[in-house]
Amino acid sequence: MKVHEYQAKSLLSRYGVAVPRGEVADTADEARDVARKLGGAVVVKAQIHAGGRGKGGGIRVARDPDEAFEHSRAILGMTLVTPQTGAAGRVVRKVLVEEALDLDRELYLGVTLDRSRALPMVIASKSGGMEIEEVATRDPSAVLREAVDPALGMFPFQARRLAFSLGLSGDSFRQGISLMQALFRAYVETDATLAEVNPLLVTRSGRVLALDAKMTFDDNALFRHPDIAGMRDLAEEDPLEVEASKFGLNYIKLDGNVGCMVNGAGLAMATMDLVKLAGGEPANFLDVGGGANEEQVKNAFRIILSDRNVRAILINIFGGIMRCDVIAKGVVAAVREIGLSLPVVVRLEGTNVDEGKRILQDSGLAVTPAEGLADGARKVVEAAR
Amino acid sequence: MSIWVGRETRLLVQGLTGREGTFHALASREYGTEVVAGVTPGKGGSTHEGIPVFDTVAAAVGETGANATMIFVPPPFAADAIVEAADAGVSIVVCITEGIPTNDMLRVKEFLAGKNASGNRVRLIGPNCPGIITPGQCKIGIMPGRIHRPGTVGVVSRSGTLTYEAVDQLTRLGLGQSTVIGIGGDPVNGTSFVDCLRAFVDDAGTEAVVLIGEIGGMAEEEAACFVAGHFRKPVVAFIAGQTAPPGRRMGHAGAIIAGGRGTAAEKIKALKAGGIHVVASPADIGARMKEVLAR
Repeated sequence: MKVHEYQAKSLLSRYGVAVPRGEVADTADEARDVARKLGGAVVVKAQIHAGGRGKGGGIRVARDPDEAFEHSRAILGMTLVTPQTGAAGRVVRKVLVEEALDLDRELYLGVTLDRSRALPMVIASKSGGMEIEEVATRDPSAVLREAVDPALGMFPFQARRLAFSLGLSGDSFRQGISLMQALFRAYVETDATLAEVNPLLVTRSGRVLALDAKMTFDDNALFRHPDIAGMRDLAEEDPLEVEASKFGLNYIKLDGNVGCMVNGAGLAMATMDLVKLAGGEPANFLDVGGGANEEQVKNAFRIILSDRNVRAILINIFGGIMRCDVIAKGVVAAVREIGLSLPVVVRLEGTNVDEGKRILQDSGLAVTPAEGLADGARKVVEAAR
Repeated sequence: MSIWVGRETRLLVQGLTGREGTFHALASREYGTEVVAGVTPGKGGSTHEGIPVFDTVAAAVGETGANATMIFVPPPFAADAIVEAADAGVSIVVCITEGIPTNDMLRVKEFLAGKNASGNRVRLIGPNCPGIITPGQCKIGIMPGRIHRPGTVGVVSRSGTLTYEAVDQLTRLGLGQSTVIGIGGDPVNGTSFVDCLRAFVDDAGTEAVVLIGEIGGMAEEEAACFVAGHFRKPVVAFIAGQTAPPGRRMGHAGAIIAGGRGTAAEKIKALKAGGIHVVASPADIGARMKEVLAR
């Protein structure tokens, strides 16, 4: 799960990560009040779940409260297009108003999981303000790494090693070390999958702060963090994906016109690949899960059909434990109830497969049975043309 | 021949008395697996479907000599169940549960590493996996037993239903399986592709291996590297997610292209460089294996 910058900063500051003074605002009036309270120049930052906001005009410096009001009025409600939002962009609903700080150096600091080593990794770089992947591609030696045991925490020597390499000294050195340890603690204790400070700011007077912050969280651990779960912003998510998640369906919208309904994540991905190989484009990823019953199939149909681009649907079910006749009945009932007019190709495999196929054929509906994976993909791509 | 599970396996089921646990324990028993015990804290001393139930894994192992476990415990308690089994000396721990927090798995891995370092060998398969089966001998998990046939092709996969698909293709072409292992779709798991391949090297009953990977992580690249250096048997591979968009979690917690890494294209390139036969279509897994074995 993703959160906004202002939420990430409020979480991080609870753990002792230094952040600029600031508050979130829903309206331009509120933004002016915040700016007044902060005094001096401020930065108005659009709050959306995507990076590259500055490039799209979503981050502006204001010299005084009135300018903060003007900037906020321009940003709030705008559709912000950044390299990460795609062409459709995102509507801005909140701004973060923060004290403007002078800048000496911009560094990078992040914590994420190293899957191969099964350990969290603290990553640092002198090249802040740009994507760390870009830095790593250009010059791998510019990216510093420390694997840290979550149970033991980040030892001071590990933080020192990074701080020396980053070229921090004097009071900045001490602040940097404390910030790294705080960031690591926040990462572990909130069950984050990413805690990233980019840039990590060093001011001319030597202060070290998180100028920007990004956190994502382990969905599987949200049950023990109700406060973080409450930060979910549904407006930032695709409405169809939100709807699907209510029914325990795993749905991801894509750009093609072949709707896919599959049981199991691996087979669902493989089915998308097959559609592509057959010359089509998948409209979605959809995993109906292990126990696809009539209700699940019906909801899955509804969600696939809400995507106007869909021209044909492929149902690919390998009924391991499930019975194909039950699935076939579910498909027929769902098609009848929804009054489906698009072509549907069904590939069924598993227990009672012959009876399942017979139910589909006898239904009188425009449901085309398929023999095997490749046949199903070929038929659905043809139907979508 | 086979790896890790067979006729000598004596299975206990953690979470036996739950709906899923009961259903799959009975299906495993029906397949021929010797199911000797169940563990549900608080229900010790009772019998469930003819299977004795114990409060603790240690008691179950002590009384029945169980040497493998199948875990159906809900996600918040599953990590604890794995550790309890390892602590009681169970050597094969198969965790079916989906949705265990990653941080819990990091603690589990550390505990298991400590156990293994002290000489008490324990192998965790999963979590978030269909399990492991040696056709005709022992089934531990939720896979449909009837699609399998005893034979000489090893199968290892990060997916569930896609594994059934591959097995079904093999069986239809007359190619039986030595052992089929689902290693699970989570970013941190107990057994890797390399662990399975290493075991298949020494198994005289395995002639060739099907490897089914997916986007995310580096496990396929590591497998490619191992095959290039140490594996002389033919390997046929498929990577799911060639059309998956970056930055999105494709169902499995581990199936995500992050920071431009973990793409299908990268993995396919690495596997081919390792001398592995990669099929572009999942419909061709069985046919390609047949062709490779006929050479």
